[in-house]
Amino acid sequence: MIVTILDVVIAGLLLGGIYALTAVGLSLQYGVARVLNIAHGEFIMIGAFITWWLFAAFGINPLVSLAICGPIVFIIGFTLYRTLFTRLRTSSASPAAFEGNSMLACFGLLFIIQNVAILIWGADMKGYSYLAFPVNFGGAVFAANRLITLGFAMVIGSVFYLFLARTRLGKAIRAAAQDPTAAGLMGVNMKQVLALCFGFGALMAGFGGTLISMSYKIQPTMGLEYTVIALIVIVLGGLGSIPGSFIGGLLLGLVGSIVTYIQPGLSLVAYYAIFMLLLLAKPTGILGK
Amino acid sequence: MDFVSVVSKRSFPLGSLLLILILLATSPLYAPVYTVVLLTSIFMYIIITVSWTMFSGPTGYISLAPAAFFGVGVYASALLGFVLPLPAIIIIGGLASSCLALLVGALTLRLRGIYFVMFTFGLVELLLHFVLWWEVNITGTTGRVVPTVGNTTVYYLMLIIFAILVLTAYLIRRSRFGLALQSIGEYEEAAAHTGINVTALKIITFAISAFFMGAAGAIMATRWTYIDPRIAFNPLLSFMPVLMAIFGGMGQLYGPIIGAAIFTYLEEFLITRFPYYYMLIFGIIMVVAILYMPDGLVGLMQKLWKRISEAKHADT
Repeated sequence: MIVTILDVVIAGLLLGGIYALTAVGLSLQYGVARVLNIAHGEFIMIGAFITWWLFAAFGINPLVSLAICGPIVFIIGFTLYRTLFTRLRTSSASPAAFEGNSMLACFGLLFIIQNVAILIWGADMKGYSYLAFPVNFGGAVFAANRLITLGFAMVIGSVFYLFLARTRLGKAIRAAAQDPTAAGLMGVNMKQVLALCFGFGALMAGFGGTLISMSYKIQPTMGLEYTVIALIVIVLGGLGSIPGSFIGGLLLGLVGSIVTYIQPGLSLVAYYAIFMLLLLAKPTGILGK
Repeated sequence: MDFVSVVSKRSFPLGSLLLILILLATSPLYAPVYTVVLLTSIFMYIIITVSWTMFSGPTGYISLAPAAFFGVGVYASALLGFVLPLPAIIIIGGLASSCLALLVGALTLRLRGIYFVMFTFGLVELLLHFVLWWEVNITGTTGRVVPTVGNTTVYYLMLIIFAILVLTAYLIRRSRFGLALQSIGEYEEAAAHTGINVTALKIITFAISAFFMGAAGAIMATRWTYIDPRIAFNPLLSFMPVLMAIFGGMGQLYGPIIGAAIFTYLEEFLITRFPYYYMLIFGIIMVVAILYMPDGLVGLMQKLWKRISEAKHADT
């Protein structure tokens, strides 16, 4: 019994680590840059596919790929914000109009990125085996790559949190999240900071994609599912809150693992049910005011 | 996106409207089968888009629930197809969607902006995965067969629903009811203070728009002959009306109609000519439309028209 509980809890945390990391990215993009990035999952997919491709073609270690995928996806995100979203922001009549327009533009991006990926890599499922040996964990057995995934997710998340909390740029980002106008008046280069935030959000997605590709099968159409889960997590943790996203991610991972144990196939239904109940009861999230 | 619409003083010339209707109503007599089938698809999208715009246009609440309402209609047709006559099924499908809309509306319409968008999107996925789970684990069969009806019958049914919808949308737009909806979109608190029952109004309009989506789903299911949850609750059907309405322009009643018609034709054209690039081109059009045509095709035309007439005045 205890082994079963341990099994379910650890499986939940392993799943939750990935959810948390991808949700932090989305939270940054929506919380600061005000873009509800429906194409977030596509950035995860890009990260996953570049990692797979580097591994399959050149035998590059997926952990090394973290340092390659991250910057690539960051540049894509940063450039997109400087061109497409900056243009939309200046042409939209109000912040609310910008939110609607940018979300719809993201739907367009979703189709574009997904189909370019299908043209390059084909629509089939891909996967590779890396550190797939079993690790015994107090009676519960897990693949080593999943433990590494969780470890890296935690480290990346913590480093990013420290970056936001301790550095000058981090302070500028937090100021921009609280009050864009005041931050601009205090000398924060808003254009730069917003684009950086969108880029960092994409960076997190890229890292998430690399980690996901280590233990799950990947596919060009995998993005939307991760986007939806990330959306649920950031609502769970409170829109724009980084610690909230982390707690929410781990919590949702646990719920998923418990539901999968009781009734496999219903985990997505459970996610949506929680999501909708939460939106009705406390739309500001568990850490929200 | 600017949801504020401009009420036009000019009404569509009645004569040409009648002529178009007669041409459409008699088209199965002289047009090839392919055209009739294509027209049916076009009308399906027009119905979904116009009913989406009926609620989301004036109020500014972006609903991503059309696929849910459409899917309920599809399932009504699949479950009752061999039991009841088609017209009864269409009405039941529509009413079932309306009931779902009433329930969802009562629960969620106090959510604002992005929360409402996310909730309605979640609804589609929730229904999809629940029905999928239900069919796999409880009934043990995925997918159902729907009794088929002739192409011409399906076409006429769509046309009738379309006509009723356009009439309803037109009447709502020019009534006090429509004006009240408009005021909700502009400033909800102010609307509530002038004595408008904001919640009731939103829920009723949401339910009316869901009725037509459900009816369209019930009709369309008979043409597909086989359905499963992934076909019935296809999330793409939630995004299409948003895109079509924006592409056409929401300021006028005919904006979404034109948008849906052009887009459905474009979809058909791209699928047959460039099957591999179709979704890619689709995405590019979507981004370009949002960037360069904030008021849609109709807005663009009006702007051009204004510029041309101004140039004429400048000459004289």
